[in-house]
Amino acid sequence: MEDESRTDLTELSDLQLDALKEIANIGAGNAATAFSQMLDQRIDMSVPKVDIKPLNEIPEILGGPESLVVGILVEVMGDIPGKILFALDEKSANRMTSLLLDKRLNNVDKQDEKIKKSTLKELGNILTNSYLNALSRMTNLSPLPSVPGLALDMAGAILEVAFLQVGYIGDYALVVETEFWDGEDRISGNFFFIPTPESLNKILSKLGVGQI
Amino acid sequence: MSKIRVKMADLDVGEKSDILITSGLGSCVGVALYDSRSQIGGLAHVMLPKVPGNRKNSNPAKYADTAIELLLDEMKKAGARIRRLKAKIAGGAQMFSFDNSDSSMKIGARNVKAVKEILRAKNIRLLGSDVGKDYGRTMEFHVEDGKTLIKTVKGEDQVL
Repeated sequence: MEDESRTDLTELSDLQLDALKEIANIGAGNAATAFSQMLDQRIDMSVPKVDIKPLNEIPEILGGPESLVVGILVEVMGDIPGKILFALDEKSANRMTSLLLDKRLNNVDKQDEKIKKSTLKELGNILTNSYLNALSRMTNLSPLPSVPGLALDMAGAILEVAFLQVGYIGDYALVVETEFWDGEDRISGNFFFIPTPESLNKILSKLGVGQI
Repeated sequence: MSKIRVKMADLDVGEKSDILITSGLGSCVGVALYDSRSQIGGLAHVMLPKVPGNRKNSNPAKYADTAIELLLDEMKKAGARIRRLKAKIAGGAQMFSFDNSDSSMKIGARNVKAVKEILRAKNIRLLGSDVGKDYGRTMEFHVEDGKTLIKTVKGEDQVL
């Protein structure tokens, strides 16, 4: 965690970045299918973006440090430790729980709030597991995801926890991001895969593109 | 009056009527130092407790130990007296709770501990703090009088 490895993310080659993009593409494709089945409606996804960003630009990814987002965070253990974050704005989160629960939770009482939270966590579970299954098939490595945690808070605070403890080497972070949305664009979310430096090297090496 | 924004893993110094702001503190800790006589203030947004042994040439503003050291230097250059400095801190939250939470998730608490130890070692009095719990914070530090506003998305603003 604080034992940042000596390796430097800026040394990732184009070939390695392309390999990461490719596994992200397959993983996210898997997740999009599961997502569509769960909501019983079409969910589209973007081509994953794989970037190396300076740490202080991380909060800008989700519209600045103070923008309000729902973050569903899964801790990954096993062969490839790291974190996975699914982030969406409050409106998308509400829309999604309404669709899934087949009712409008407008008068949110305590019970409804609880159901909404566990629905969102379940969604995080399903997306994460589909993503990791694909990754596992391609690399023959076994990730073990935790139960998801959920927070509705400032983007900066959520991203800090997701990225800054595992997903960086030195002063840069590896950002593997995929966007999901439904046809009407009333639901949209960002999915981040955040391997530790050691996990990143394991994955690259299993994909046959060397290490950094 | 000017508003100076301090990004994550960064720090800055202001004077008189400046307001130093750092947003979206989660497990990170915002450290505000001020000298009311010379009206010089400084704010750092630190991410981790200390520089790991194998990375001496990393960004110093990222770690509590090197960030506070650097902030003191910059404030001295701007005309502050270290002996007169007072501190206010915020952040160090645990944003997510996991059943099998390992120590890496308690980084917020470790950041707070590190910052407090360093302040104590430097003989800088801690006049106010809003740390821990499970939510994000924004810190607005008015250099003129040291007043520090803590904003969250959960409740009302707090003044330190």
